[in-house]
Amino acid sequence: MDSILTISNLTKKFGYLTAVKDLSFTINKGNVYGILGPNGSGKSTTLGIVLNVVNKTSGDFKWFDGNTTTHDALKKVGAIIERPNFYPYMTATQNLKLVCKIKGVAISKIEEKLDIVGLLERKDSKFSTYSLGMKQRLAIASALLNDPEILILDEPTNGLDPQGIHQIREIIKQIASQGTTILLASHLLDEVEKVCSHVVVLRKGVNLYSGRVEDMISSHGFFELKCNHIEGLVKVLENHPSFGTIKVKEQLVTAFLNEPLKSETLNKLLFEKGIVLTHLVQRKESLEEQFLTLTNNK
Amino acid sequence: MYRLLNIELHKLKHSRSSKILIITYFVLLTSIALVAAIKFDIGPIKFHLAEMGIFNFPYVWHFNSYISAIFKLFLAIVIVSMMSNEYSNKTIKQNLIDGLSKKEFILSKFYTVILLSVVSTLFLFVVSLILGLIFSSYTEFSIIFSDLEYLLAFFIKLVGFFSFCLFLGILVKRSAFALGFLFVWQFIEGIMFGILRWKTNPDIASDIMRFFPLNAMSNLIKEPFTRLSAVQSVANQIGEKFNFDYAIHWYEIAIVMGWTALFIFLSYLLLKKRDL
Repeated sequence: MDSILTISNLTKKFGYLTAVKDLSFTINKGNVYGILGPNGSGKSTTLGIVLNVVNKTSGDFKWFDGNTTTHDALKKVGAIIERPNFYPYMTATQNLKLVCKIKGVAISKIEEKLDIVGLLERKDSKFSTYSLGMKQRLAIASALLNDPEILILDEPTNGLDPQGIHQIREIIKQIASQGTTILLASHLLDEVEKVCSHVVVLRKGVNLYSGRVEDMISSHGFFELKCNHIEGLVKVLENHPSFGTIKVKEQLVTAFLNEPLKSETLNKLLFEKGIVLTHLVQRKESLEEQFLTLTNNK
Repeated sequence: MYRLLNIELHKLKHSRSSKILIITYFVLLTSIALVAAIKFDIGPIKFHLAEMGIFNFPYVWHFNSYISAIFKLFLAIVIVSMMSNEYSNKTIKQNLIDGLSKKEFILSKFYTVILLSVVSTLFLFVVSLILGLIFSSYTEFSIIFSDLEYLLAFFIKLVGFFSFCLFLGILVKRSAFALGFLFVWQFIEGIMFGILRWKTNPDIASDIMRFFPLNAMSNLIKEPFTRLSAVQSVANQIGEKFNFDYAIHWYEIAIVMGWTALFIFLSYLLLKKRDL
């Protein structure tokens, strides 16, 4: 598979603080990647380094086959970071014309891309008159101008109202469906879960997990149980080889599985031991729970 | 080069305040011509500035390039803000992400500085030529085109000064503070001169001071007033005799060009080292 971006042993120190520590991962063509991590975990710093605005301390990264300079490679990349940065005194069209001049793209693309993000009617309004949602959509249009090989989005829905968030997500999904590689940094898990096929989890600049989203949720799930004799239930579960950790909280027993076990098998077993359940739910961990386990335990 | 210039001009073209300042600057350059209109006619005292010989070739080159250089402050505001606004709008970040290299970014600004200086110099040439042709007592071809080195000095002076402004814009990141810094720096050079004069003697002091950026730039074109024959004849009558050196020396040009190179290089270095 063609690799688009390879990061190896990347480290960035701000004085005493290590924002990114020995980070390595590869972005391949055609996948939708998410970079997950709480605020301050080094997501934006990592993107800043590969986008030529932050200087790395050590390590390396290469775009495409590694034979192009970073700024030339960036002409084939579309990226928006944190908040949209445009010239406030220029209109949307004038701003995009400038981007075309920098990237060396024909200005005929402008209307087409403004149409994708639904800003065509406002194309001659000054950027300073735009709402945050419109600014963010203009940023996406600008990132799409060169029909990029990869679209990098850093917290694209940050600070938007629900309607704005929805609009942006629809646009992202639409772009992803056309086969563009996307790298999406976010601390919003359902956002990543909904759009991404691969995920990199960061905490304090350290890579905790990188791989497919399904593989991240690798556990066998857990049961939530209730009955009238909690003590007896817990005793049976503790002696059963299929269960690992067992938690009791406000009359609700949560039992984590070490190996696959069907709910009817468990129900039958417990009934035979004289325990009658009043509540039985089998669940898999959501990405959120998995993420919290990952980021808290290490 | 055309691409980089085109990018920067696009930014300037759509900024109303830059446009107003640039137009004001060129209007002011033309306004030197208005000096010609200064005319007193009070009974026995008849005074017409244009006929005092200030527009005589080749003196007009010296006089006009000295006076016009004062207006460079208007362009300085444009240049400082075209740099620092990139920081306050964070558009510098976006420019780099869009695929402009840091070197190209600085070069696009520097090319604009050169272009503005070239246009100013051409403008000055045309205005002075017209004024000279109207008012000069001598219009022989060889006299008209002598002393043209003042135009070269004017050009070098503008490029040097604007490069200093670019550097301050990058260093300070806020246009108001950068312009403030420019004045403070002028002040510092003044104080340095005072201290050197006091500790050593005036000759050594001015020998050292000629290496300071703003001093070097103002040394390029010396004040033209005492060179005027009218002023000299008045001075002769009261027993004074001016004997100043009005010429432009190669080392003065070299110092300013040295500073220009240093300012541009330092701007690049600063941009390269900084995280945005």
